[in-house]
Amino acid sequence: MQAFTSHTGKVLPFDRNNVDTDAILPKQYLKSISKFGYGDWLFDDFRYLDEGSVTTDIKTRRINPDFILNKPEYQGASILLARDNFGCGSSREHAAWAFRDYGIRALIAPSFADIFYNNCNKNGILPITLSEAIVDDLFERCTAADDLVLSIDLEKCEVHLGDEKIASFTMDEGRRQNLLQGKDDIALTLAHSDAIHNFEDLLEEREPWLFKKIEV
Amino acid sequence: MSSAKTLYDKLWERRCVKTYDDGMSLIYIDRHIVHEVSSAQAFEGLRAENRKPWRLSSIIATPDHNVPTTNRAAGIAGIEDETSRIQVKTLDDNCNAFDVPQFQLTDIRQGIVHVIAPEQGLTLPGTTVVCGDSHTATHGAFAALGVGIGTSEVEHVLATQCLLQRKAKNLLIEVNGELSFGVTAKDVVLYVIGQIGTAGGTGFTIEFAGSAVRGLTMEGRMSLCNMAIEAGARAGLVAYDQVTEDYIEGRPYAPKGDEWQQAISIWKDLHSDDGAIFDIEYRFNAADIKPQVSWGTSPEMVTAVDTCVPDPKDFGTKAVDYQNALNYMGLKAGQAISDIYLDRIFIGSCTNSRIEDIRAVAKVVNGKKVAKSITQAMVVPGSGLVKQQAEKEGLDKIILDAGFEWREPGCSMCLAMNADRLMAKEHCASTSNRNFEGRQGSGGRTHLVSPAMAAAAAIAGHFVDITQGGI
Ligand code: SF4
Repeated sequence: MQAFTSHTGKVLPFDRNNVDTDAILPKQYLKSISKFGYGDWLFDDFRYLDEGSVTTDIKTRRINPDFILNKPEYQGASILLARDNFGCGSSREHAAWAFRDYGIRALIAPSFADIFYNNCNKNGILPITLSEAIVDDLFERCTAADDLVLSIDLEKCEVHLGDEKIASFTMDEGRRQNLLQGKDDIALTLAHSDAIHNFEDLLEEREPWLFKKIEV
Repeated sequence: MSSAKTLYDKLWERRCVKTYDDGMSLIYIDRHIVHEVSSAQAFEGLRAENRKPWRLSSIIATPDHNVPTTNRAAGIAGIEDETSRIQVKTLDDNCNAFDVPQFQLTDIRQGIVHVIAPEQGLTLPGTTVVCGDSHTATHGAFAALGVGIGTSEVEHVLATQCLLQRKAKNLLIEVNGELSFGVTAKDVVLYVIGQIGTAGGTGFTIEFAGSAVRGLTMEGRMSLCNMAIEAGARAGLVAYDQVTEDYIEGRPYAPKGDEWQQAISIWKDLHSDDGAIFDIEYRFNAADIKPQVSWGTSPEMVTAVDTCVPDPKDFGTKAVDYQNALNYMGLKAGQAISDIYLDRIFIGSCTNSRIEDIRAVAKVVNGKKVAKSITQAMVVPGSGLVKQQAEKEGLDKIILDAGFEWREPGCSMCLAMNADRLMAKEHCASTSNRNFEGRQGSGGRTHLVSPAMAAAAAIAGHFVDITQGGI
């Protein structure tokens, strides 16, 4: 996983509540068994005028010029500004992979759906929860200027616009450390293998039926 | 009483292996259900690191999301769409390579992940259940902690038998009194989501309680907990009681004999203690709940069947979203819900594809015919065993005679990964759980309803107030 320490990038304002993971990455792309290559399909239904599939050559797609991702001024944006309950719906991690592959490094919203938030964390993307007032203000600033550039510092947990500090944010310390170091959760958990084994042994004594082999 | 605990507190304590300084905990996972769409990359991850599944007896795999619901005799080889075939084959290959038990496509026990595990007695009270699917909340109906996870977490659970989580807050939803005729668990949960909103439960585990909930069957409780995720909660719960016990007894993987007695003694404490403190409590009256129909593109955009499509202007800051939803749905504020005409009917999904749901449909359509204006009406049983049971009861015949299609088990048009889908602008009465834009097919318009409502709408061609008889 790519580490996240600090990042400076252009903001893409996505002004919609309850953006669900079906919208972020439509179901036909869940057929891919790869972990990479989802960037061209991010917001596919909005982004293209025709319907695509895993096997469609992206160069043949008809682009929707009105959709924000296709506007020249937002090319290269790497911070998504969003509204409430962002990433709700399906647990598909493909939604986080699509952001990662598109080049989004951080998301800012008043609230995120739980599973999506975790999925971002596990893929080197930083979801930042800020108050509605601050998010409103950022949207207004985006309307005023086409290229709002923010700097995010995960060491200090701060968001800056030039020299101006926009906000501080909080996140679980363990998650923050993982992101800072780009670490694999599994290795960290396996360091506690003994504790897990001990727990499991006691459980098996008490509820042995949970350990029965499943016959197929 | 300060030691009083909620059901969620108890479940958490029973399976918490360790809590880190920052408050994150390692939760031991008893049951891991695996399907084709969210597992390939997880197995790939194991391979890359030379890891193995921690405990094979905890895992059950089955293909469901991306399987055809017709012509299944030829198994995987018979899947026409190549990318789908590769995906289902990849699950099969991974199960073989890692020795993971799988109910294969041709196995009678195959079906939707959240239908098959309870059916086999693989979902048990007091346990933790995960699956790379957000509707794992369903298993909470058994006083089990069911949480949906992403693919990285699937890999984490495969490798460590644990899930890394922060404890959620407690939210109580009590529904008291008796449900009116024609009102089902699905209507209860749609109503609740309409009241608290799709983010109302974010950060919480919801416990559903109250006499109306106690009065539900296990199938009903599963429909209820299934949609906890649509209220923003990762898990939904219902306390253990006699209804739970009766449902589980005798199922293939339920404990037997002495172990059964031992299990019951462990399970009987699985309820919130008197005086347990919830962070938020909501109370609703069962009598206020009418059959529900969603009119928009979020499950909170829902209303009673005997009302009209609301005016977005009445929704303050949400007005723009609500107007966009109306535009997408091709509806007008003030239009009667009963004036919404349907093109397709989908009865299925992990919310409503169990035997009780199929029975409810058969009861409504018995001796009647699907309206001529309906392009397609289909019933997709949740598992091979549900299908078999329905056929044993002759329900398939009633349903076929009425003009419905009777399909093979799978997720089908709930997420439209396979060939079952809506065309743009088509209205569908669907017993599934999500009405997001394009969910059931690009441009498709989904109305979430109960099985009885979907069946009645199939016959009438439009929504009808089923509390007024006729079913
Ligand atoms: S039926 Fe629908 S909601 Fe349920 S598991 Fe399948 S795709 Fe998900």
